[in-house]
Amino acid sequence: MPETKKKPTKKVTEETIEGKWILRLYVAGQTSNSLIAFENLKKICEQHLQGCYYIEVIDLLANPQLAKGDQIVAVPTLIRKLPTPVKKIIGNLSNTERVLVGLDLRRVDT
Amino acid sequence: MARNPVAKKAKTEREFPKVKSGIKGLDEVTGGGLPKGRPTLVSGGPGCGKTLLAMEFIVRGITDYNEPGVFIAFEEKIEDLRKNFLSLGFDLDELVKKKKLVLDYIYIERSEIEETGEYDLEGLFIRLGAAIDEVKAKRIAIDTLEVLFSGFTNQGILRAELRRLFRWLKDKGITAVVTGERGDVSITRWGLEEYVADCVITLDHRVVNQIATRRLRVVKYRGSIHGTDEYPFLISSDGISVLPITSLSLSHTASMERISSGIPRLDTMLGGKGYYRGSSVLVSGQAGTGKTSLLATSIHSACKRGEKCLLLLFEESESQFIRNMRSIGMDFEPWVQKGLLHVNAVRPTAYSLELHLAIIMKMLKDFNPSVLAIDPISNLYPVGDDMQVRSVLMRLIDFAKSKNITGIFSSLTTEALVGSYSIEPTAMHVSSLMDTWLVLKNVEGNGERNRAFSIVKSRGMPHSNQLREFIMSDKGIDLIDIYQGSEGVLFGSARAAQESRERSQIVLRDEEIERRKRELERKRRIMDAEITAIRERFEREKDEANIQISQEKSREDAFAKVLDDMATFRQVDK
Repeated sequence: MPETKKKPTKKVTEETIEGKWILRLYVAGQTSNSLIAFENLKKICEQHLQGCYYIEVIDLLANPQLAKGDQIVAVPTLIRKLPTPVKKIIGNLSNTERVLVGLDLRRVDT
Repeated sequence: MARNPVAKKAKTEREFPKVKSGIKGLDEVTGGGLPKGRPTLVSGGPGCGKTLLAMEFIVRGITDYNEPGVFIAFEEKIEDLRKNFLSLGFDLDELVKKKKLVLDYIYIERSEIEETGEYDLEGLFIRLGAAIDEVKAKRIAIDTLEVLFSGFTNQGILRAELRRLFRWLKDKGITAVVTGERGDVSITRWGLEEYVADCVITLDHRVVNQIATRRLRVVKYRGSIHGTDEYPFLISSDGISVLPITSLSLSHTASMERISSGIPRLDTMLGGKGYYRGSSVLVSGQAGTGKTSLLATSIHSACKRGEKCLLLLFEESESQFIRNMRSIGMDFEPWVQKGLLHVNAVRPTAYSLELHLAIIMKMLKDFNPSVLAIDPISNLYPVGDDMQVRSVLMRLIDFAKSKNITGIFSSLTTEALVGSYSIEPTAMHVSSLMDTWLVLKNVEGNGERNRAFSIVKSRGMPHSNQLREFIMSDKGIDLIDIYQGSEGVLFGSARAAQESRERSQIVLRDEEIERRKRELERKRRIMDAEITAIRERFEREKDEANIQISQEKSREDAFAKVLDDMATFRQVDK
């Protein structure tokens, strides 16, 4: 599952979301945290960003040199590359509230 | 005796293998280096030199021991590190190009990070692992790991991960230096010492009397003997130098060679041959007693023998010294030009004591003189207290002795015991470090001030216990006997006057003898004259008597003839 690139789902964009979301998930091998994080991310994206997101999963075990670019120390780390500014979220994304805050999606619900 | 080596051997076998850090002095303090394949924690406040120590450990490893290294910076950007270390002569770019060094800057900013559940620091491990594999590193420095604590909120995860990190480093067999910020109660603010149990070094930067001194201490070194004192260290143009006070041992071999002091009379007083080569000589005395001149005479004489001398002046400039010494008949200019004499004039307060020591030692190593002179060591006082000055001098003297360098030091005596002949107290109690101690004193009396000289001690040779008068003239220094006689001990013009008085008495006595001799001669002449006169009178009387005798005789003859004639006339029959 990791190392595969999720194709952007073509669906109608919600009015609060503009443009495309590019999310990058850094993991280190198929650990339970990696799997949980990916599942959680997919769930959140389907729920809030249906059709306009693009998830890139990078396995640092396979590409260790990529850790430098986004200054990855902890895994899993989710980087919101677009829209700017770049956001960094660490952990297995099990705290949905905090993920939404981290991705600036929280205000959608409120 | 036989048991000692065995015990020693067993000890070294038990000890961890060590890796030489390459940092001057640190390997002596740690008894051979840092624990091989294990992490060492270096803690200290800001500006203590943690980063430098960590970086020097890596750079020396590459340049001196061919051990590639990785430097992980959490606080400084690579570009800043490059610039900072270029000023210390470490060309990091060059080492990176040669594939010996990896510099990595890990940036953690809490405000940009949202924590959303469980995580670990595998990313860090992967980055370290990649960097280590890139150059096959044997050494790694992590500066400052504690940044992680401010970057992540989940302490439980962090601590578990740190423990894992140190275990991981050990498993990799990589020698690591990890720096940490000093804490108020613990060695490091976040208790890193909990994880790094093998070797802990603290750095400190203290300001005493407005002069800052850096100190290093090995707090803990599991399984190894190490120095536990605080050792001063310097950051100079070529990195860190730790100066272990006690690491110098008294094991230098003593030279039997003697060298002249430059003053024939002083050589005579020192058992007839002068100082021992490689010994330390202290010249102490009050202001204006001629310490510098005495010291200069010894240097002059060494230069004349073709030996190299290093002279450190704390009071005068080089040209002032040369001018002043010309007035007593010594010209140092040619020696300076020939490269035999190197003069270094600097105010003692220019640097801290430790830096002075390091600079002097560096000069000794570079110039390699056979005589070292410092004028005066007492001027080091504003820079450090008794203990510090003494320890610096001790190290300097030990170092000089190990190189067979003769040390001549002058020291100003502060207590003005005018007119007293008691032994001068040296303020810094350095005399015990010295092999030969010469004392100059002012002696006041008869409305003038004179200089008295004596040898308080001179180890390993018979030496004179006599007080001498120390005289400086345009012909140099001379030591002459003071007057000791019925009039007491006399110096200067009193001595001269007494001597001339004695001389005139001798003249008078000589004249008296002459007079007596002349008198006798005169008497002899009178006697001779009288003898002659008596003889003449005798001769005269003798002549007269002879004449009378002959007259009497002729008269007798005439009378006989007359009788004979008368008989003939009377026809006396016969």
